[in-house]
Amino acid sequence: MSRRIPAAVLTAGAAAAVLAGCTSTAPADNAGGGGPITVNATDTACEVSSTTAPAGKISFDITNAGSKVTEFYLYGEGDRIMGEVENIGAGLSRNLIVEVPDGGTYTTACKPGMVGDGVRAPFTVTGSAARQVDQNTKLAEATAGYKRYVDSQVGALVPKTQEFVDAVKAKNVEQAKALFPVSRTYWERIEPVAESFGDIDPKIDGREDDERDPGVGFTGYHRLEKDLWVTGLQPDSPAIADRLQADIADLANRTKTVELTPVQLANGAKELLDEVATGKITGEEDRYSHTDLYDFKANVEGSQAAISALRPVIDERNKALGATLDARFADVEKLLENYRQGDGFVLYTSLNEDDKKKMTAAVDALAEPVSQVAGAVTA
Amino acid sequence: MSENPPDTSEPSPSAAPAQGDATPTTTSGVSRRRLFGLAGAGVALAGAGAAAGYGVAEASAGPATGVVPFRDTHQAGIVTPAQDRLHFVALDLSTTDKAAVQDLFKRWTDAAERMTSGGEVTVNGAVGLNPQSPPTDTGEALGLAPSSLTLTFGIGASLLTKLGLTDKRPPALIDLPRFTADQLEPARSGGDICIQACADDPQVGVHAIRNLVRMGFGTTEVRWSQLGFGRTSSTSTEQATARNLFGFKDGTNNLKAEEPALLDEHVWAQGADGSDWMAGGTYLVARRIRMHIEIWDRTSLDEQEKVIGRTKGEGAPLGAKAEFDTADFSAQGSDGEPVIPEDSHVRLASAQALRGVQILRRGYNFVDGSDGAGHLDAGLFFVAFVRDPGKQFVPMQRALARKDTLTEYIEHNGSAVFACPPGLSAPGSYWGQGLFT
Repeated sequence: MSRRIPAAVLTAGAAAAVLAGCTSTAPADNAGGGGPITVNATDTACEVSSTTAPAGKISFDITNAGSKVTEFYLYGEGDRIMGEVENIGAGLSRNLIVEVPDGGTYTTACKPGMVGDGVRAPFTVTGSAARQVDQNTKLAEATAGYKRYVDSQVGALVPKTQEFVDAVKAKNVEQAKALFPVSRTYWERIEPVAESFGDIDPKIDGREDDERDPGVGFTGYHRLEKDLWVTGLQPDSPAIADRLQADIADLANRTKTVELTPVQLANGAKELLDEVATGKITGEEDRYSHTDLYDFKANVEGSQAAISALRPVIDERNKALGATLDARFADVEKLLENYRQGDGFVLYTSLNEDDKKKMTAAVDALAEPVSQVAGAVTA
Repeated sequence: MSENPPDTSEPSPSAAPAQGDATPTTTSGVSRRRLFGLAGAGVALAGAGAAAGYGVAEASAGPATGVVPFRDTHQAGIVTPAQDRLHFVALDLSTTDKAAVQDLFKRWTDAAERMTSGGEVTVNGAVGLNPQSPPTDTGEALGLAPSSLTLTFGIGASLLTKLGLTDKRPPALIDLPRFTADQLEPARSGGDICIQACADDPQVGVHAIRNLVRMGFGTTEVRWSQLGFGRTSSTSTEQATARNLFGFKDGTNNLKAEEPALLDEHVWAQGADGSDWMAGGTYLVARRIRMHIEIWDRTSLDEQEKVIGRTKGEGAPLGAKAEFDTADFSAQGSDGEPVIPEDSHVRLASAQALRGVQILRRGYNFVDGSDGAGHLDAGLFFVAFVRDPGKQFVPMQRALARKDTLTEYIEHNGSAVFACPPGLSAPGSYWGQGLFT
């Protein structure tokens, strides 16, 4: 949770008017011809039936033939997320329709276990969909693109938190402990958006020592974290778990109407790194479970998603900045991989001072250019 | 008193000015210099009384600007009359990309030249640019005088290794040996780069280092830093000798700016020393010396004076009357013992005892709060500039570490050596340029 007071409560009202580049389940242009592109995802492979498609709406049918939960992404330059499907369980199929207006080289990726860079392959889009692109369109596409990202994260946050909640209620402590950092991943990626609803964040992600209004209790992830790791499950733990799920559902409803500006996007990306610098590097956030590195990773991913959405505008205004951002994000990712353990991360308590210093330096190095983005897109 | 600031007030550095930086502040921008101009008279008077800046000393230049020229034969901040405040930082490279390092050195030079003249990191950087962007200048020095700010740049041997430039390593840039009783902490020692900021106003020095560090994120990271107050030596005959935290005058026999021949002999590297790119440069030795203040304060005055070898009040060598009287190391008391004890600091550190070795000291007192056990974490941040650390600092410190009674009251817990290249007299030249050519 952030200790900052939300600087700008995002406009929660009319849905974003511009829906260029939207993901939908409507019939796709290429559906009539060769049919959707099929993606056969396994635990080690990502077989895409065609590596090329004409510009416009492109439809992917993804089947998870593996044993791990997976994700499918289509990336543009700088890992800009053109479209993605999260949380595809083993044996399940999902459809993704993504609008790609410009020809060029893109990247497909399956992420078995939902970790790392995934199994990647180049994907060529030919021609270009006719349209007038001006500055406002690009900015609108950026915010719409990030809105899709938020939707996809919320789409995974709800069922993943439900799994966690179910484990708590079943008194399955080990399973609940394993699900705790994973369910938080989706929350941490979009935290600035969630925090824009000032009343939700304290309930979901408040810490024990936060100041609260009289009669307001300590609830949410960190309350259950304490129950699981420190005190043992309490008589009211199931009720707290249900309450968390209800608050998450409330968040999911409200994010449907959230409207973001490019500056909010850029500042959200910066705030996620501020979170890392003030809460994760200190090991303060997950003080009972010490699973801070999961949050760290998720904050960085969320920041990158926001920056990637703005990437076409950044490239136009300040080409060098985009390249610097790529390099610095890569540095942080690489550093984090050193602490990978299985599908997750080592406990924060296993890090020494030198490890923490390296992380501070990498986050400082990344946060400086990220802090330039808001200025670049408003220049 | 002229109303017109000298031409150096807003430099137009020819070395790669930052984007949007080319316009001089003739419009609505706020620059430190201009604010200073408005308040110039008051500040100048205040400056003349206390820690007079270089500009004050150079009365012929007109108003007291407190600006030390950035470009000169030698780097500023070495024989510049010691300012009263220090912020010293040691940085490590976080990249091995030579071009990125070279680019940073250029940008640093540009910003340093601007800041030492009283300007911001970039023109209008604090409040005059895009309000959606973080300011390029952090702003805490707005309205403050240039304050004789000097920024002195050095490189460690480890930088040469990381960038594959070991053929550029000057013979004098040695790794110090371990001295008796050293308690060195890695987190206070070494570094690929150092930047020494000295100023009459602590906020001006801190502002400079903070902004240079910020510019380096992604290319450099801070290894350690040290704040200092109260210069502990005089580098000019114009300065009174200052006192260290043991209450004694320090630096009485220091090399002085007014002794060019001695500086050439003991401070400035010469072309014949084996490294062309360092000719006119010097070597900086830094030692963080924790002083056990509480123990010292329980020591009798007589003992304190014997440990140092000078009187506490006047600073005279024992047996003499005035501070600058020659120390008579052969004098014996009525008990047949030397008046200046064999194990006294003054005797062991003297040129006589060290076969003519002299150094230019430029240290500062520090108090980093308390140590958590109720004692001051205080001492002397020793900085010396020498032509050859192996021939000057090493024999001196070796003698002191083994024999000096003062060692009982102090502890060396930080250490570093840096090569400080010559000054940037050529227009457009930048810090560390000699490494890349």
